[in-house]
Amino acid sequence: MTINPLAKGSWHREQMLGFRKMEKVIVAMQDPDMGMKMRNQRLLITVIPHAMTGVFRLVWFLTEGLHLGAMLVRYGYIYPLKEPRSLVLQADESPYRFQTPYFWTSTRWPASELDYAIYLAKKNIRKQGELMEYEKERYNVLHKRINHTWDFVVMQAREQLRASKQRRKADRIVLECQEQAYWLVNRPPVRLLVLCYKTVLSCVIETCRRALGRNRVKSSICLEGFVKYSEQYQMHDPIMQGCLPSNPWISDDTAHWTMNAEIVPAPTRLRVERWSFSFMELLSDVMGRREFMTYLEKEFSEENLRFWEACEDIRHGESSKITEKVEEVYKNFLAPGAAHWVNIDSKTMDKTLEGIKHPHRFVMDDAQMHIYFLMKKDSYPRYIKSDLYKNMLAKAIVPQETKKRLNSHFPSPAQAVTQATKEDRRVKQAGQTGTNTAGGSHV
Amino acid sequence: MCDQTFMAATFGPCDSCGKTGPLMNIYIKNEPVNYCSFCVEVMAYRGLQKGETLETLRQESDTLKKKLEEERGKLNDVELHQVAEKIEVVGALSIKTRRVLKGHGNKVLCMDWCKDKRRLVSSSQDGKVIVWDGFTLNKENGVSLPCTWVMACAYAPSGCAVALGDGLDNKCSVIPLSLDKNENLATKKKSVAMHTNYVSGCTFTSSDMQILTSSGDGSCALWDVESGQLLQSFHGHTADVLSLDLSPSETGNTFVSGGCDKKSCVWDMRSGQNIQTFENHESDINCVKYYPSGDAFASASDDATCRLYDLRADREVAIYQKDSIIFGASSVDFSLSGRLLFAGYNDYSINVWDVLKVTRVSILFGHENRISRVCVSPDGTALCSASWDHTLRIWA
Repeated sequence: MTINPLAKGSWHREQMLGFRKMEKVIVAMQDPDMGMKMRNQRLLITVIPHAMTGVFRLVWFLTEGLHLGAMLVRYGYIYPLKEPRSLVLQADESPYRFQTPYFWTSTRWPASELDYAIYLAKKNIRKQGELMEYEKERYNVLHKRINHTWDFVVMQAREQLRASKQRRKADRIVLECQEQAYWLVNRPPVRLLVLCYKTVLSCVIETCRRALGRNRVKSSICLEGFVKYSEQYQMHDPIMQGCLPSNPWISDDTAHWTMNAEIVPAPTRLRVERWSFSFMELLSDVMGRREFMTYLEKEFSEENLRFWEACEDIRHGESSKITEKVEEVYKNFLAPGAAHWVNIDSKTMDKTLEGIKHPHRFVMDDAQMHIYFLMKKDSYPRYIKSDLYKNMLAKAIVPQETKKRLNSHFPSPAQAVTQATKEDRRVKQAGQTGTNTAGGSHV
Repeated sequence: MCDQTFMAATFGPCDSCGKTGPLMNIYIKNEPVNYCSFCVEVMAYRGLQKGETLETLRQESDTLKKKLEEERGKLNDVELHQVAEKIEVVGALSIKTRRVLKGHGNKVLCMDWCKDKRRLVSSSQDGKVIVWDGFTLNKENGVSLPCTWVMACAYAPSGCAVALGDGLDNKCSVIPLSLDKNENLATKKKSVAMHTNYVSGCTFTSSDMQILTSSGDGSCALWDVESGQLLQSFHGHTADVLSLDLSPSETGNTFVSGGCDKKSCVWDMRSGQNIQTFENHESDINCVKYYPSGDAFASASDDATCRLYDLRADREVAIYQKDSIIFGASSVDFSLSGRLLFAGYNDYSINVWDVLKVTRVSILFGHENRISRVCVSPDGTALCSASWDHTLRIWA
């Protein structure tokens, strides 16, 4: 059960369209004049009314496509009467029947857990524990999860069984098949939380309580943050400022990408500048990270970065290799007397060593965070002030702006970069607002 | 005419509360009645719990929500456009279509850029998935998955695989890409995620080894690609989840999702907990995207607005709307500096907003049907838009 079954999005409406089309076909198939011939079918000793057999069905479908037939069975609009009852269209004489509208996927959507619990309870009572494996699994899970309503569930199951006993055998078999087909199509997964109102409301209450305890930051500080970020990165935003030597998409010249490839002999100035924006920028650039490693080697603290890289590998690598990678990391970085021993505070160290006994993907997280912030607060600022970095910046190239093929009113990027080197980050926009008629866009 | 062996009411007024809606047939004191799902649940709990009833829970939840709004408002000392007054106006932009990618036979539902800044993958309603070199317009790889609606696609960080989200099979699969154009990639498809309803969004985390999916069954989930194992599931949405985005921040452990319940939620990937929730939109949220710094995110909704939410201040800080915009927004993305917000709408246009001054800077025309997705390239040089008119356009 979802809170508001009527609050569905446009994609659900698309899906419903698909179901409705299938339903139109189903109704047409049952048309007394133009539809399929149906008659009483003998199933063992019982006679089932309004069923159809393979031959007739194929004849009808040949004009419409076997694929459509398979879809109709798969989504439960037509169900088989004979065992084994599955959602596959058999191209033989086995009898099929049209699903009653009560059990159409579209009318009953979404399938309710309470309903499913009642169905399983009924089956359990009727067949004395002859549930299928997956049904047993779900039965147990539901029994645990909605234990507080189990009396209601059993009561409903008994009522429905009592009512059905009063029907003819043929009708009983039909109802059984209908229900079974419906639940084959719509069975809920085991892990889905029981989305009943009680659970959702309790979740909302819990989330609100937690949220009330959050630390919030004043708007003025947060919003200043956005302004600063946008200003800092404005020069690096090709759509706003253009890029050097030219935007490949505009000039059809890939020089910009070649100059900014992962590893180049001489990185561009803008790229090296970005390394000073944040520690993450430095680490995410392959060349930046290499430079930083060189710097750390000079300071004899490169094991920090190596440790961080090894932890990243564990976090994002293959599951099967986690255990051996954790072993390696322990041997190289954490064991007493290790070759590249990293300096972690004792509390974190103890916690990590404890966790290593049962290695999992996130076992190194705390230690990794500790080392990350150590580098960020200590080594990184010193690197940015170091000669190594300053030389890199001085050596960095500023590509020549190539002539653009099309008219453009961008401020010349070359001019902008020159101004930036005078430590003035503010660039006066060359194009005045208002009377610009370039391109196909307008305010 | 249809099989009416058992007459049963499926839709109509509830016997208990009178509201019209889908009905369940249950028995009360041996008599069959038709109740709506809320009343069935009230029935199921009656007499089994003392003190706590659904009504009191509802009241408590409403009170807490009000209190939360008050708390959020307390630290609101200035508006975004006020802070932005001192910065310069964005100069006139000259953005034009630079490439048109034709090749799909039906609505293009999703696209994603590769980290190499020029390749992209796109998926459409006819089950076709194409990997393009956007620069040369070359179709490098194609996969045909008949009888499925590929609603979501994502490029792996390594560039060696793509993930596809299925609208009919409810699965998310990963396909390794090969250099051999003639190889039938459909055979190498590997199912990773299994939901009970359509997969609306999928993305790789920082490596090829894990994918995050969102689904019409109201949940999001984190999967291990190698084993197909479910690593974590995220429950809290009360309707279909339509979109998700991973945080670019240095700790990289959170993601945001938006759905048909008009809520956007921020989740912790490790614990599965819902960290923050925002309920400001008036209709389905079609798309959510993080601000480049990771401190905020934007959402696009069927209520024709896009909104910016600040995560540290824990509130909505800007609404991007205009009286002349009446069609829903389907997708958003930020430019590299975060100053521009590109939003694709159902009226076939893309509006470019100044994020800080909360004004519209430009409109991009060109598509002949709804925009399903807009995405800025990894180095910010171009914007790609996918549309129901069977094409993709690259703007710069």
